[in-house]
Amino acid sequence: MPEKKTVTLNMGPQHPSTHGVLRVIVELDGERVVSAEPVIGYLHTGIEKTMESKLYYKALPCTDRMDYLAPMSNNLGYCLAVEKLMDVEVPEKVQWARVCLAELTRINSHLVWLGTHSIDLGAMSMLLYTFRERESIIDVYEACGGQRMMTSYIRIGGLAQDLPVDFDKKVRRVVKQVTNGLADYENLLTNNEIFINRTRDVAVISAEEAIAWSLSGPMLRGSGVKHDLRKANPYSGYENFDFEIAYGEKGDAYDRYLLRLKEIRQSLRIINQALDGMPEGPYRAHVPGVVLPPKEDVLYKMESMIFHFKIITEGFNAPVGSVYQAIESPKGELGFYIAGDGSNRPRRVRVRPPSFINLAALPRLVEGSMFSDVVCAIGSIDIVLGEVDR
Amino acid sequence: MEEQLRGFIKGRFGDAVIEESEFKGEQSFYIKPESLVEICQALLDDNDLQVRFLSDITAVDWLGHERESRGRYEVVYNLYSIPHAYRFFLKVHLSADDPRIASLCDLWPSANWLEREVFDLFGIRFEGHPKLEKILTPDDLEGHPLRKDFPLTYELPRFSWNKDQPPEVIK
Repeated sequence: MPEKKTVTLNMGPQHPSTHGVLRVIVELDGERVVSAEPVIGYLHTGIEKTMESKLYYKALPCTDRMDYLAPMSNNLGYCLAVEKLMDVEVPEKVQWARVCLAELTRINSHLVWLGTHSIDLGAMSMLLYTFRERESIIDVYEACGGQRMMTSYIRIGGLAQDLPVDFDKKVRRVVKQVTNGLADYENLLTNNEIFINRTRDVAVISAEEAIAWSLSGPMLRGSGVKHDLRKANPYSGYENFDFEIAYGEKGDAYDRYLLRLKEIRQSLRIINQALDGMPEGPYRAHVPGVVLPPKEDVLYKMESMIFHFKIITEGFNAPVGSVYQAIESPKGELGFYIAGDGSNRPRRVRVRPPSFINLAALPRLVEGSMFSDVVCAIGSIDIVLGEVDR
Repeated sequence: MEEQLRGFIKGRFGDAVIEESEFKGEQSFYIKPESLVEICQALLDDNDLQVRFLSDITAVDWLGHERESRGRYEVVYNLYSIPHAYRFFLKVHLSADDPRIASLCDLWPSANWLEREVFDLFGIRFEGHPKLEKILTPDDLEGHPLRKDFPLTYELPRFSWNKDQPPEVIK
């Protein structure tokens, strides 16, 4: 009898199915995975360090560049954390607009996930359909903030500018388009035998283990844990909206696929409610010295101009102490831990990256499975390497 | 939950708690480093509190601030109870020379990467960690970037190249 040998295989960092620059060292026994070890850090750009060297206001654009598929969620998390630290209360209209944009972002992120995950599993045409719908969401971003991906539209104390005049019309068109698109996706995938065979009972994790591994978002709810920060610790006025938490049962990749489709449906529901009840009012809080005054005032009012100048040049001093604000981003619990030290720059900005922590469980997910399931497991975690490495 | 947690931690580990603080509605306990594992284990085992979710581990460098007198590094454990939807923090101050603390890898598997990241970026050693190696920064980088004495440097973009002139590093 020959000695039983294992093969060590390197996957990535340049590999299309690793969604960026993820490297996985897989030890194989035939087709079975004995162990897998993700190697990360190829995209490390020191975003936390950069943010600590900037004024609170100027650190904001760094946040979109982490999870670049969900820019508005990142803006929202950071702004909520700074607003908590500085005791800023935003007007109701801002809250509703933020909820609407955050849910659009969730759909955006899930659509890209759906397209790329299907490509990983061999269904080429899905990406074309999901990007068709995503394009119209990106158009809404462009109309709001002038940027298609790195929006920086949600600012400390409000929004960068008022919502565009045809915002309602544009978003309603998106809702209609995504609703139609969902039917296409379901037709293509939900009962597709190949897709089911590739995802059923793959990358299974139980509820207890999911909690022990600190998984969050669809990874946690896919295992049947009913935990969603939008319901558990509502922020930005989520308590005013009527929606359900979607959750899976078995905790495999197929459950997580169904769950994300359900989440898109719930997001559409929230968006509709937000559009119907969008209140009138200012688009920025009135907190002189902390929140920038509206641009219209800066041009005509002396005090506004002085505050604008002061905030841009020297910022505001935060109290000594730390706050943590977590939001339910499309990928999971995205948290910002900001420690102020009495100066105008944060002492520490820590991002709790959902992708990073979910990816840590990859070795557990693929242990003992077939090699081809590694690709499916990476896809179903839904990672963005910009956020993993920061 | 706030009262219950205070009673639990102060009642069972009264000697270990240095200070309890509340800031912007968030409850934190400053504890002694040596009793960290014990407290976490007790929290995990308690069926009323149900603190089973280790949300995050991070650190803050207080170099040059008045808080440095408590210890230069502050390691922050972010714990969450899913049934109670309640979040609180355990904080530990460590001294500047050779900061060390016990690892939580035996309690939560997710602590593995989180502790590696803190080690990589702050140089805090976690004793008992199965594989305490760099995770984010390149292997040839010396030092720990998120320490406050690690300068934020950059090179100016060069519009012309002159081999006698080395690139200018700005600190």
